[in-house]
Amino acid sequence: MTTQTLTHVANPELAARWRRATEEPAWVRWTLIGVALTFLALFLVLPLLVVLYGAFEQGLQVWWAAISEPDALAAIRLSLLVVLIVVPINLVFGVAAAWAIAKFEFRGKPILISLIDMPFAISPVVVGLIFVILFGSQGWLGPWLAAHDMRIIFAVPGIVIVIAFGTMPFIARELIPLMQQQGKEEEEASLTLGASGWKTFWYVTLPNIKWGLIYGVILCNARALGEFGAVAVVSGRIRGETNTMPLHIEVLYNEYMFTAAFAVSSLLTGLALVTIAVKSFVEWLDERNRPAIASH
Amino acid sequence: MKKILRNTLVGGLATLLAGSVLADNITLLNVSYDPTREFYREYNRAFGDYWKQQTGDTVTVRQSHGGSGSQARSVIDGLDADVVTLALAYDVDALRQHAQLIPENWQSRLDKNSSPYTSTIVLLVRKGNPKNIRDWDDLVRDDVAVITPNPKTSGGARWNYLAAWGYALKQNNGDQDKAYDFVSKLFANVPVLDPGARGATNTFVQRGLGDVFIAWENEAYLSVEQLGKGQFEIVVPSVSILAEPPVTVVDKNVDRKGTRKTAEGYLQYLYSDDAQRLAAKHYYRPSNPEIAKEFAEKFVDVELFGIDEVFGGWEKAQNEHFNDGGHFDSILENIARR
Repeated sequence: MTTQTLTHVANPELAARWRRATEEPAWVRWTLIGVALTFLALFLVLPLLVVLYGAFEQGLQVWWAAISEPDALAAIRLSLLVVLIVVPINLVFGVAAAWAIAKFEFRGKPILISLIDMPFAISPVVVGLIFVILFGSQGWLGPWLAAHDMRIIFAVPGIVIVIAFGTMPFIARELIPLMQQQGKEEEEASLTLGASGWKTFWYVTLPNIKWGLIYGVILCNARALGEFGAVAVVSGRIRGETNTMPLHIEVLYNEYMFTAAFAVSSLLTGLALVTIAVKSFVEWLDERNRPAIASH
Repeated sequence: MKKILRNTLVGGLATLLAGSVLADNITLLNVSYDPTREFYREYNRAFGDYWKQQTGDTVTVRQSHGGSGSQARSVIDGLDADVVTLALAYDVDALRQHAQLIPENWQSRLDKNSSPYTSTIVLLVRKGNPKNIRDWDDLVRDDVAVITPNPKTSGGARWNYLAAWGYALKQNNGDQDKAYDFVSKLFANVPVLDPGARGATNTFVQRGLGDVFIAWENEAYLSVEQLGKGQFEIVVPSVSILAEPPVTVVDKNVDRKGTRKTAEGYLQYLYSDDAQRLAAKHYYRPSNPEIAKEFAEKFVDVELFGIDEVFGGWEKAQNEHFNDGGHFDSILENIARR
C-alpha cells in the first residue's frame, strides 16, 4: 500500500519532504529498535526458553514419558478433536457471514457486524458461565437434557460449544474487510456471463479470498488449541476425559509435576510455533501472488 | 444344519451375555477437593484390584479435583459424579440443599460421620523458623505475613479460619468479639488469597511468599517431605480443629447410571485396614483407632476441638461466618477500608 502511494506522488520535492519527515536521527531509531527488541526478548523469547528448558531439563525420555502417559494423550486427543470440529464450523460460518455482509445490503447490518465481535469482548469465564446457566442441571435447558439423557456441560459437547463461541470471529473478521474491499463487480460479471451462484463462488470469490481464509483458519486453530478460561468452567476437569491440553497443564502443575507440565506446555508451544511459521509462509505466498491477482 | 447354526448363535450369545454379567467394565467419577490427588491416585489402583478380586468387574475411577466449594457447585450444575469426597460437610450438604442429589440422612450412612480419614490444621514455616512462630498468637504479629487460601471458595481455608477463631475463643473465655478482632488481625497479614489449597501451597512453596502457611496437615507434610526437602518446618499449634472431610455416594447419579453397588463398595473400602494405612501414608489421620495407633509417631498429638462443640455445626458456622454478609465479609471490608 505505502509503496504505491509513494511512487504515485507526482511532485518529487513533495515526496522528498515527506520522506524526510520520517528520517529521525540514528540514536532515536536505535533506541526505538532497542526498546522493541528488549521487550520482545524479555516477554517472548525468555519465557519460551524457560518452557523449553523446563521440558527437556531431565532428558528426552522424561519428556516423552510425560506426553505419552494416558491422561496426557487423552488431553491431546481431545484438543485435536475440538479443533477438527470447531474450525470447519467457524469456516462455514465465517464465509457465510462475510459474504452476507460484504455482498448484500440489508437492514441491521451494523448490528450483525457488532454481534460477530461480541465473543472477543466477553470474558471467557463469563462465556463459560453463560453455557452453565443454559445447559447446567439447574439451568434453563438442563432438566430437559437430563430427561433425554443428553450431556452437554461437563462433557465434550460443552467444550466444543464454548471454544466455537470464543473463536467464532476470527475467520469472519479476516474476510469481511477483504471482501468489502474487493466489491462485487467480479461476481456480477460472472453472473452476467451466465455462471450459477455456486460456480461464481467457487471460481471467482473463493480464489480472491483464499489467503485471508487460510490466515483466519490458522488464527482460529491457534486460539481453539489454547483456550483456557471458558473451558475451565464447563469441563468439570475430569482427567482423561474432559481435560484439554491447557487444563491438563494446570493439573500437572498443581500436582507438582513441573517437568511433565512443561513437557505438555512445550508441545502446545510447538504447535503455536508451527502455526506462526505456517502463517508467515502463507503471508509470504500471499505477498508474492498479489501482483498476479491485481493484474487480472 | 440350520439347527446347528442356531444353536451356535444362541450359545455364543449366551456366553456373551453371561460374560458381560460376570465381568462388567465400570467407570466411576470421584469429584474431590484439592489435596487428595496423590492419595486417591493410589487408592483407586488399590480399589480396582480389590474389586476385581471380589466381583470380577473392572473398575476405572476418574478423578476431578479443585476447590471444595467450586467442586460441589459443578456437581450441582450437572457434573456426573458417582461419589464426592469433599473437604467439609457443608459442601456435601449443598448437593442436598440446592439439587436434592442426596437424602437428608447422608452423613449417617457411613461410619464416623462419613469421614473415613480426618485431618487437622497446622502451621508451615520456612527452615530454621526465622520469625520464631510457635502458635496462633504469632500469626497476628505485625512483622508476619500469612498465607491461606480464600475461605469463600476453599474448604481447607474455612477450617483454617475456624481453627484460628476457636483458638481465640479458648484464650478469651469464649468472647466472640475478641475472637473477631483476632481473626481480623490475622487476615490483615494475608498478602494474597488463593482460591484453593493447592494454589496457596504453590504460593508459599514455589513463589516464596509469606512467613507462615496455614495448611492442611497433609499438605504441610507433602511440602516438607516431597516439595522442598529441608526447606520447611511444621509448627504444631497448642490447639487446632478436628477436620472431618466427608464422603458420600451421589444417589441421583448412581441410580441413573446403575453404578450404586460399585460406588458404595468404593466408599466402604476406604474404611478397610489397607485403605486406612494408605491414608496414613498420605498424611491423613486414619479414623480407625487401631490403625491410627500404628502411625502414632507420624501424627503429633495435639488438642483438637470439633466444629459441633465450638461452632454448633457446619450449617451455623457457614451462616455466621462465610455466607454473604457474614463475619468473614465484614473482616475483609474492614481490612480494605484501612
